[in-house]
Amino acid sequence: MDKTKKWSYLLTFILVTILFFALTGLINARIISRYQSSIMILICINIILAVSLNITVGCLGQITIGHAGFMSVGAYAAALFSKAGFVDGLPGYILALIVGGIIAGIIGIIIGIPALRLNGDYLAIITLAFGEIIRVLIEYFDFTGGAQGLRGIPRFNNFSIIYIIMVACVMMMYSLMTSRHGRAILSIRDDEIASGASGVNTTYYKTFAFTVSAVFAGIAGGIYGHNLGILGARQFDFNYSINILVMVVLGGMGSFTGSIISAIVLTILPEVLREFSDYRMIVYSLLLILTMIFRPTGLLGRKEFQISKLVNKFILKKKEGTNE
Amino acid sequence: MEFLLQIINGLQIGSIYALVSLGYTMVYGIAQLINFAHGDIIMVGAYISLFSIPVFSRMGLPVWLTIAPAIVICVLLGMLTERVAYRPLRNSPRISNLITAIGVSLLLENLFMKLFTPNTRAFPKVFNQAPLSFGGLHLNYGTIVTIFLTIILSVGLQYFMKKTKYGKAMMATSEDYGAAKLVGINVDNTIQLTFAIGSGLAAIASVLYVSAYPQVQPLMGSMLGIKAFIAAVLGGIGILPGAVLGGFILGIVESLTRAYLSSQLADAFVFAILIIVLLVKPTGILGKNIREKV
Repeated sequence: MDKTKKWSYLLTFILVTILFFALTGLINARIISRYQSSIMILICINIILAVSLNITVGCLGQITIGHAGFMSVGAYAAALFSKAGFVDGLPGYILALIVGGIIAGIIGIIIGIPALRLNGDYLAIITLAFGEIIRVLIEYFDFTGGAQGLRGIPRFNNFSIIYIIMVACVMMMYSLMTSRHGRAILSIRDDEIASGASGVNTTYYKTFAFTVSAVFAGIAGGIYGHNLGILGARQFDFNYSINILVMVVLGGMGSFTGSIISAIVLTILPEVLREFSDYRMIVYSLLLILTMIFRPTGLLGRKEFQISKLVNKFILKKKEGTNE
Repeated sequence: MEFLLQIINGLQIGSIYALVSLGYTMVYGIAQLINFAHGDIIMVGAYISLFSIPVFSRMGLPVWLTIAPAIVICVLLGMLTERVAYRPLRNSPRISNLITAIGVSLLLENLFMKLFTPNTRAFPKVFNQAPLSFGGLHLNYGTIVTIFLTIILSVGLQYFMKKTKYGKAMMATSEDYGAAKLVGINVDNTIQLTFAIGSGLAAIASVLYVSAYPQVQPLMGSMLGIKAFIAAVLGGIGILPGAVLGGFILGIVESLTRAYLSSQLADAFVFAILIIVLLVKPTGILGKNIREKV
């Protein structure tokens, strides 16, 4: 690892830690209200969702519009695990999230293997179809609570722990995508045939990326279910998938920081503009169309926003001048 | 007898899927775009006819004439969306096109939800004629009109594509966009015409649909559109007879599932068929395998 990378990681780590202590401090001092901290939990969930969808849409270059389906699988699996009450407390919660992630991942493999034989538009439609099938099945079976929904899930809404889980998830996804496997996935996005010809096992890596995406969507679903304490299949409809997609598209397909920033903004914005909530979806759809026409790569494109670069630019400017 | 009735019901809804999926298949063939907003054009058509029926009945005209304003407005809307949303993206990656189409669909749905509330509205009877009986089998007038109109329209469309100048221009454009341009076909106009025809068929489908299920609401188009797209994929996307075949198959399967298995699971069955067909023959029932050029 070269020096600038190390320094960039260290700086990011310090900032994330400072933000953590600042936010938990403010919550403990009751400066941040319960309502505000509940929105912060929502932001964490949406960040995991947006970043995980970014892996398929941005990094693999395949569009899926059934992401909420994976989220619902994870949410139900985690909730059912918690309700069974094998392990209590925090370890039980973490275990439930892992179970949710694994089950969502298994469903991801099951869907991914056939679906990824098709590309582009067909994949979009087939993921939509799977999302609908999952919803219909959840409502059909009894053990999921049927159409009435699943009640009595042990509630867990401790912001600090959810924040740590979020950071851990994003970190795992980021390090995965900057690894050798990640580069293989990026090469498929840029040219599937060429990357296959140069020895990348495209089928394997497509399924792999799709599954990773599903696993983290499942974890986000688990957090979501435990946060609310009640689940219904209808919450995870087509519109929820589109919400996540809007975050990824606006932030920039392929940019992690872009997804994170737009997840934060697009979660806070509707809360601030409550009186205009009727117009939210109209604005979203216009935003989607206009972004595609005028800035098809999204706000950040494929670039990553790095604090260290900014610091380098302003503080180390003089140094650079003397060196060159 | 019950079974035969279910088959005929399936043919009725299948005809509507077929009409809608013709539009999907034409647009996909020519612009390589899943026009997600196509289903919502049906919703717009249904609202237009809902609002024009009182005017028509005041003027003493038959209710089914409401199909005329629906066609006009839907054709204009189809051409408008093509011009405003899809044409600027002609040379963009397909993912951008798909996202734009989703955007247009959401825009139409939410605009209508804002304008006319999300409430379901009842639709007056389109066909007032008494049911016809064939040896103990009572058939609605609307059912017969729907099935026959679909067959006539799809045969007519096939004729149009094969015999007329514009149809041939469409086929050429869908075959090779650049080459069509080189031989002097006005590609922009041809694509716009495709959207116009597709939207016109969707408008006819919308009136036939509300004659079978007499209610209108802003989200009615999305599921109908998705199923019509599935029908198009089932028959082989880009192939007109395939779309009609796919529509009929889908309609019959859905009707039989609802009648004999579970109405709750009908949608899941429809999607399962799509998945199975895509796995066994990704190009659809009538599709031919085309090797990807590098």
